[in-house]
Amino acid sequence: MNVAESTPGSVAATRGPSFAARRRIEGWLLVLPALLLIVALTIFPLIQALILSFQRWDLQSQEHPFIGLQNYRDALVDPRVWGAMQNTGIIVVGAVALEFLLGLGLALLFVGDFKGKRFAMPLLILPVMVAPIVVGLTWRMLWDNQYGAINQTLSWIAGREVNIIWLGHRDSALFAMIVTDVWQWTPFMFLVLLAGLSGVNPELYEAAALDGAGWWQSLRDVSLPGISRVIAVAIIFRALDVFKVFDLVYMFTQGGPGTSTESISWYVYQLGFKFFRLGYASAVSFLIVIFLTIVATVYVARFVRGAEA
Amino acid sequence: MSGHAGTFAAPARAAVRRDRWRGVRTAVRYAVLIVVLVFSLFPILWVIGTSVKLPGEYLRNPPVWVPQEPTFIHYQNVMAQRGNLALKNSVIIASGATILSMLVGSLAAYSMARLQTGGKHFAFWLLSQRMMPPVVLIVPFFLLLREVGQIHPALGLDSHAALIALYTVFNLPFVIWMMRAYFDAVPAEVEESAQVDGSTRLRAFWEITMPLAVPGLIATGTFAFIFSWMEFLFAVVFTRTKAVTLPVAVAGFSGSQGSNWGQASALAVVAMLPVFALALLVQRHFVRGLTLGAVRG
Repeated sequence: MNVAESTPGSVAATRGPSFAARRRIEGWLLVLPALLLIVALTIFPLIQALILSFQRWDLQSQEHPFIGLQNYRDALVDPRVWGAMQNTGIIVVGAVALEFLLGLGLALLFVGDFKGKRFAMPLLILPVMVAPIVVGLTWRMLWDNQYGAINQTLSWIAGREVNIIWLGHRDSALFAMIVTDVWQWTPFMFLVLLAGLSGVNPELYEAAALDGAGWWQSLRDVSLPGISRVIAVAIIFRALDVFKVFDLVYMFTQGGPGTSTESISWYVYQLGFKFFRLGYASAVSFLIVIFLTIVATVYVARFVRGAEA
Repeated sequence: MSGHAGTFAAPARAAVRRDRWRGVRTAVRYAVLIVVLVFSLFPILWVIGTSVKLPGEYLRNPPVWVPQEPTFIHYQNVMAQRGNLALKNSVIIASGATILSMLVGSLAAYSMARLQTGGKHFAFWLLSQRMMPPVVLIVPFFLLLREVGQIHPALGLDSHAALIALYTVFNLPFVIWMMRAYFDAVPAEVEESAQVDGSTRLRAFWEITMPLAVPGLIATGTFAFIFSWMEFLFAVVFTRTKAVTLPVAVAGFSGSQGSNWGQASALAVVAMLPVFALALLVQRHFVRGLTLGAVRG
């Protein structure tokens, strides 16, 4: 960065402004293909979705009249929107909190070198490398009340027959989704936090130890402040990712029983491709974008930027 | 801190304490490591196990943990039917999207790293593209593909080209951020000296910088491939029969309890193993890759 930043000025000074202009044009030409693709396949569709969201657009109507904010007004009082948001929120908070705590514990335990690390690490990251739909299939079989390994294991521990229909009730199904996500993504949290911890200056620990700081104090006063930005980044990455949860819902419950385990992605998918209410689905989509933009902006300003200082 | 004796004794005592703790710490480390490894690997072994069990074994209560009569019949059956096409489609679509996004993305990344095109704001704008849940775009994509398909069916719904284009665009922010960091790491002087010798910027890029950035290129490309390989939402919405990918085919077996778990598992293993092989390639870049370079691994 520094090298590149310092050179253009000096070179431009010797060859005059035409060089800087040429350089700029050249730069944008190289970016152009990427920019065109993004405009064509992200910006343009987003604008189209915005227009759709002000229209009545469903299977019955041949015409697509503009109906102003009606879709948005309907969405804000739609119990399924709120139910799906609540489910999504529960999964996000539950999964990310558990992943963070487990990941941090593991990272603190495994920081530094030890025998077998080179062998264990590649095995630990395997869950992240499994396609979410395959994770869904695998855990769908594990959670199964009759043929699954989870009830069987619990039966052994309890010493009696355990028959929990995990995916048949809202609360236990959401719990199952959280545990499954924790299985897949704790390794990510662990490795990111481990990378952060490995970067903390070891002299700080020595200084803390000489000052008589115990384990807890050096964790609170050295480790955590030292990796606060890494923590902030890891949490926002995971939270935005879990918020999209779709594959697990598809494989576990299809939103059921009833609509009690719908996630917001699942509901929009249903609106669009089961009910074919494209205008309404677009309005709900836009509410999601607005919601996430606000949350992410506040979060980045508060935690990521704040932690940098 | 009152006398000399105190200041010298304290570190010594601390050292003794630390030594005792080190033994405990090592024991706890390995105990936890074993538990975590079992928890991590068990589900993967379970799906592999189910793929070689006959229905009599995987549909039994209490379940059979270790396959008693391993069989490859599910692999044969599923690959004879939809598995083969799905595997072929996945390879075509993931490769196509990877090549395109690496080509287009590297050019943009190079420009942003060397020429500061667009500055920091442009880079973060790109990053924000990744924040958006993909479900937001399925409705307009659907209408777009339907219209394009009426003009040219090979580019519309249920076509390879449609998924390649969508995955390319979704990979672009990632590829650009990763490659920008790798290009930043190649000193500009190396390239400028080549340009002074009379070669054009594009040739200097191609002959000097590109070879030096190859490790980054491989890591980034592998991640792009893995992301495309695993994607499900777009694939399930925009394909029907011809362009169905592996995740869609695996999900196609869901439905009622126990139905065809053997074949579903076999196909799941087919989808899983290539990624494990690729994961070995990018192991070192894992943290950086999954945080778009926000955290250095």
